Amino acid sequence: MESRPRPMGAQTVRYKAAPPAVCAAGELSGRRCGVWVCTVGKIGIFVSSPDNGSNRTQQGAAMPFGNTHNQMKMNYSSDQEYPDLSKHNNHMAKILTPAMYERLRSKQTPSGFTLDDVIQTGVDNPGHPFIMTVGCVAGDEETYEVFKELLDPVIEDRHGGYKPADKHKTDLNPDNLKGGDDLDPNYVLSSRVRTGRSIRGFCLPPHCSRGERRMVEKLSNEALDSLTGDLKGKYYALKNMTDAEQQQLIDDHFLFDKPVSPLLLASGMARDWPDARGIWHNDNKTFLVWVNEEDHLRVISMQKGGNMKEVFNRFCTGLTKIESLFKEKGHEFMWNEHLGYVLTCPSNLGTGLRAGVHMKLPNMSKHAKFEEVLKRLRLQKRGTGGVDTAAVGGVFDISNADRLGFSEVELVQMVVDGVKLLTEMEKRLEKGQSIDDLMPAQK
Amino acid sequence: MPFGNTHNNFKLNYSVEEEFPDLSKHNNHMAKILTKELYGKMRDKQTPTGFTLDDVIQTGVDNPGHPFIMTVGCVAGDEESYEVFKDLFDPVISDRHGGYKPTDKHKTDLNFENLKGGDDLDPNYVLSSRVRTGRSIKGYSLPPHNSRGERRCIEKLAVEALASLDGEFKGKYYPLRSMTDAEQEQLISDHFLFDKPVSPLLTCAGMARDWPDGRGIWHNDNKTFLVWVNEEDHLRVISMQKGGNMREVFRRFCVGLQKIEEIFKKHNHGFMWNEHLGYILTCPSNLGTGLRGGVHVKLPKLSTHPKFEEILTRLRLQKRGTGGVDTASVGGVFDISNADRLGSSEVDQVQLVVDGVKLMVEMEKKLEKGEAIDSMIPAQK
Repeated sequence: MESRPRPMGAQTVRYKAAPPAVCAAGELSGRRCGVWVCTVGKIGIFVSSPDNGSNRTQQGAAMPFGNTHNQMKMNYSSDQEYPDLSKHNNHMAKILTPAMYERLRSKQTPSGFTLDDVIQTGVDNPGHPFIMTVGCVAGDEETYEVFKELLDPVIEDRHGGYKPADKHKTDLNPDNLKGGDDLDPNYVLSSRVRTGRSIRGFCLPPHCSRGERRMVEKLSNEALDSLTGDLKGKYYALKNMTDAEQQQLIDDHFLFDKPVSPLLLASGMARDWPDARGIWHNDNKTFLVWVNEEDHLRVISMQKGGNMKEVFNRFCTGLTKIESLFKEKGHEFMWNEHLGYVLTCPSNLGTGLRAGVHMKLPNMSKHAKFEEVLKRLRLQKRGTGGVDTAAVGGVFDISNADRLGFSEVELVQMVVDGVKLLTEMEKRLEKGQSIDDLMPAQK
Repeated sequence: MPFGNTHNNFKLNYSVEEEFPDLSKHNNHMAKILTKELYGKMRDKQTPTGFTLDDVIQTGVDNPGHPFIMTVGCVAGDEESYEVFKDLFDPVISDRHGGYKPTDKHKTDLNFENLKGGDDLDPNYVLSSRVRTGRSIKGYSLPPHNSRGERRCIEKLAVEALASLDGEFKGKYYPLRSMTDAEQEQLISDHFLFDKPVSPLLTCAGMARDWPDGRGIWHNDNKTFLVWVNEEDHLRVISMQKGGNMREVFRRFCVGLQKIEEIFKKHNHGFMWNEHLGYILTCPSNLGTGLRGGVHVKLPKLSTHPKFEEILTRLRLQKRGTGGVDTASVGGVFDISNADRLGSSEVDQVQLVVDGVKLMVEMEKKLEKGEAIDSMIPAQK
């Protein structure tokens, strides 16, 4: 057994706003670590940079900072521990190398998330028939910093060449959207916008404890309870839902179930199900929040027909209101100017936004240039069951392909403009006419 | 080197109340035993490899119950788990293993000659006979917790040991990850192939991580002796054949197992064993002998008799479907095996199967002739 000390590399990170909560962090080699208590009586994990930590008081004796299990694995060489990725096809498997694994394997985030934790889902799930999966997840906000050597190239690969120095723009002002209230309802059956949000100071679903998850639920409930008017609604906790409530939520297409996808299960997101999971929706059933599914919060605005503008209006208004309610209580969303909103899966960084419609494209979808058109419009297609499903009856889910490097308004604009064009093309093909002159340039 | 567990320590920021799992709808051994007080007492502990209380109980939290069986709801991550978390494991063990106490001693007897009879179970009723057990290699974490490096070491050691077997035990190893389609087909037809676990009892405990890395199947040329590597335990050792010659199955089982153990010992890797818990395995239900000796037997009449369950209980036997645990029986054919694992020896347990199955076949024959079986109902063993 080797006995030389190795640094456990939790690196300090700067955040935009002053942290409300406390930190336990530092490198093994000598910085003192402690458990800090925050002013509102709740303890969270947060990494502060050295200069704004100095005026906090340390509570109690320093706790040993180590990760016994990770240390034990260090007894085996990097080669012995390196996963076999020879049959794998996901972003993580394309990027990770034995040398990179060796450099990162001794590190951990302040809450103890390790490289093996990051990549487990990608090791367990070699590939997917329809989509190029990411193959790695974050366990907390700091994961994206501590393991940047892996996650930066994954992000670049996944998000169209987005560089470590790039800045992401957030724009949740619905007035900036042009048009979008008149998508043809003969073709566009429904419109929907969703995103995710993470509450700063808590670990993410792959890693959070029951105590943390319950706290996220409690805080979310408090915020959602104070919504009024069009947004007034009710929370349905999964663990004590009545049969009647459950049936209603299923009929409304609102209910989410315990994840069955091995992509999610392998990363630990289904632990302790259904503890602290639930669904909130407004009385009008047009605004919906999932609590503690794949992210802390998933926020969804939806309605039948083609009025994407209204859907986006409600989305922005609701989201902004929720964010200010959290801030009033001293909590904010995880966000930084490089990655935008920080979420569990690297594919959802930036806006975390997927805006889409269910639309009828029986002719267009059979056209030889369908995929090409979508690509140029920066859109993607899914089946009407969502990701992992195939289309039924010529009806497709068409949504933005991008998440990071474009603002919310820009992405929804692409959907609005793109869907309008696809509708025109569908109408042309119905009449047996050509669509060549309608082919768009690459956006 | 500081001994700590960042993640576990971080969770200590939350009170016991906040972290204690909701077990109100649960029905497994762990949920019956674990209280907030016990949780509070053990939550800051960890084994030398970093296995924590939450690791132990995760599978029991995620799986409230099972339609056919009372599940255990907790697992060990290494040999030390049973010591560090004895405040939970001892009562679970007592509950599961018929009142077995923390001070009790377990007897190991792998001398097949001590078995009486067992070579003449009626093949008109007994279709096949099988004995299985598990073994863990000392010094390595168990499947819920082990790393890829550890798992690969276990595979390497197992393959080396098995490669040196000869005579009736000469055989070959088939690693899951490089199996050809032809090999896979053959292993399926032989009923040897094990697949990636789908049971949430196993997947929630983390036993399927990195599948199929480090996993494989070894069997002898005669196809009567089989070893699974890195499934639910480091090693699962199986002896089986068609028909009712349980004596022969048990002989091969004991001889093979002891040969394997010798080879491991020579390389300074003994099996995990102690005089209180016997052989140490991942699931507390398999402690002691880890042995399940059983037959597939036709009992269409006896199985519909009102006293069937009572008879099994008295004989210290259990029934399963022919697909193994978690399945229902098909066509009146049942898997009948010993219910006990801990507190009696291998010979004792196989003796119970041999004697019990003989009796049940006699009862089946009586019922076929329309005769009563009341005079044959046994006393509680």
